[in-house]
Amino acid sequence: MAIKTLIQAVHDTLVDEMRRDERMMLLGEDVGARGGVFRATMGMLDEFGPERVLDTPLDECLIAGVAIGMALDDLRPVAEMQFADFIFPAFNQIVSEAAKIRYRSNGDFCVPMVIRAPYGGGVHGALYHSQSVEAFFAHVPGLKVVAPSTAHDTKGMLTQAIEDPDPVLFFEHKKTYRLIKDEVPDERYTIPFGKAAVRRKGSDLTCVSYGLMQHLCAEAAERLSADGIEVEVIDLRSIYPLDMDTVLESVGKTNKAMIVYEDTRFLGVGAEVSAQIAEKALFELDGPIVRIGAPHVPAMPYSPTLEHWFMLDTDRIEQEMRKLAEF
Amino acid sequence: MIDRRTLPSRKEQNGQMTEKVVLKERGESWLRTMVRGRLFEQSLGELYERGELVGVVHLSIGLEATAAGVCSNLRKGDQITSTHRGHNHMIARGLEPERMFAEILGRSTGYCGGKGGSMHVANFELGSVGANGIVGAGVPMAAGLGVAAQKLGTGNVAVAFCGDGAANQGVVWESLNLAALWKIPVIFVCENNGFSEFTPTDRVTAGPGIADRAIGYGVSGVVVDGTNVGAVSAVAEGAIDRARSGEGPTFIETRAERWRGHHEGEESYVGTYRETKEFKDPIVQLIQEMDAAGLDGSLLYEKIHAEEKDLIERSLAVAQQAPLPELSTALEDVFS
Ligand SMILES: Cc1ncc(C[n+]2csc(CCOP(=O)(O)OP(=O)(O)O)c2C)c(N)n1
Repeated sequence: MAIKTLIQAVHDTLVDEMRRDERMMLLGEDVGARGGVFRATMGMLDEFGPERVLDTPLDECLIAGVAIGMALDDLRPVAEMQFADFIFPAFNQIVSEAAKIRYRSNGDFCVPMVIRAPYGGGVHGALYHSQSVEAFFAHVPGLKVVAPSTAHDTKGMLTQAIEDPDPVLFFEHKKTYRLIKDEVPDERYTIPFGKAAVRRKGSDLTCVSYGLMQHLCAEAAERLSADGIEVEVIDLRSIYPLDMDTVLESVGKTNKAMIVYEDTRFLGVGAEVSAQIAEKALFELDGPIVRIGAPHVPAMPYSPTLEHWFMLDTDRIEQEMRKLAEF
Repeated sequence: MIDRRTLPSRKEQNGQMTEKVVLKERGESWLRTMVRGRLFEQSLGELYERGELVGVVHLSIGLEATAAGVCSNLRKGDQITSTHRGHNHMIARGLEPERMFAEILGRSTGYCGGKGGSMHVANFELGSVGANGIVGAGVPMAAGLGVAAQKLGTGNVAVAFCGDGAANQGVVWESLNLAALWKIPVIFVCENNGFSEFTPTDRVTAGPGIADRAIGYGVSGVVVDGTNVGAVSAVAEGAIDRARSGEGPTFIETRAERWRGHHEGEESYVGTYRETKEFKDPIVQLIQEMDAAGLDGSLLYEKIHAEEKDLIERSLAVAQQAPLPELSTALEDVFS
């Protein structure tokens, strides 16, 4: 057992899996010689050589398409999109091809590929280095979409993603990379997708989130606890498949639900979660379902004041929690 | 049957001297543009060093001649699309240092009201659709601006700046294909600085040169020394004239090395990835050429440098005093 940062967990898991399975390959912009801009693949070119650690040209559509082709022939490509914001040139390959190949070939082919992408804001990255893009992909049947929030889960879920026979989009919140540290067991383990984690038990309100927001929610929940309000904090971990059972069980107990996500509020993950709560647990509710997400502006603005306005913080989450708790 | 001999070929325009009449007419303006760009970026570097910039900046010190050489041939109404490394393009297009500083400092008086930052400085009026954080994204838009010029009969042209890394985005060549087919008044300017972030260009880019690829589309591909402003300008002038007169695109590859890293502050994580050496200085080269032509470039430089230094210092001071944007502006300009 060791305490690791989230980025360390990404790095070490990639190394472990590269050692374990010769079919695994890494590809992306600057992933080789430089180990990636976040150093997730640091040192891997030295250990595994250019045969398995591939610096690609600057072309995301190509990276995704080539990864699909490699996966079709039973390699295990793990592609890196340098920032989630740059994934859109690859959208066509991921959505039109990777997501549909198993289905359209009647199960003849599959695409065991992983696409890793750092997402999220609060790092002064402005419009194109801050976005959350999970909802676009979670909307597409045939893709698995996950976003772990701890180093422990990162290891288990990345291992799962690499083992998974289907395409997985693995989103890592870049602000958590060095901010979040926790215990990571040494032995190999997987965390199955579609299993949420209850981060904090509570009886007064259910708060559902994932990624960086999960940590802010837990912090806000601690503050409320000082006043005797107990919030149950659920970390979805995986967006598709989505673990509604855990959410519904909690709502059945607390009778109040809120969903907190950094992505655009409109039609984001929270929309799906709240729709399912409304469909399946309407009569359990003692208050409106509350969704907190990003405002409807095209991307995170640059100026520090505007960025601060755009990004959720613990204070705002705390306020909303109190309001709902008092409802 | 295609007669291969009539196909455009790649040309090299290196090491040539600019004629004295041209230097006399345009040398001062080139020098001023390059010095302004240099001082602007040096000042950004210092701000970064002192921790006074919130975001990241990609400097183009050493690459000034491409921006100055190309943009000096543009006129009002022409448009450029730029890259993440766009300060010099903006300066050369006539954007004001004060509002550029303000944007990069996240102030309300910036060109984008503080919403954009370094990678998104833009001003349509001045003919710059802007810097862009998405590599390659400006290129098809430049083709579209060219189509608009064609359809509206404005006689304007568009210039797409891109890097050698960007030249591996398929859309660059999709744009060139269209531009060649439709004879769009657009000029492709690929600044090859030898690196795509930290990876040497030749490790990720096939073929003898990027400009050579243009030949496959029936477009002439020209390689030019990107530290020689006169040479860049000569090539750009011809390309722009041809584009304006309906003869379609040219692909220009300028070669020059960036003096700074991919972005300021990269040394905190990348280590060394290229040898340290003396870089060619486009400003010094121009001064020497002017001196050699008897135009006293050195003296002119002293004067211009002092004036521009003053301008940059004043601009920065004003920008630093400017207010941060009101929160209400965050919700503005999503739709009309
Ligand atoms: C679509 C996209 N992919 C990746 C990036 C990250 N990125 C920014 S600059 C850059 C390298 C660009 O190289 P080049 O085009 O040669 O320009 P240079 O930085 O050398 O001026 C990369 C990979 C990005 N901004 N956009």
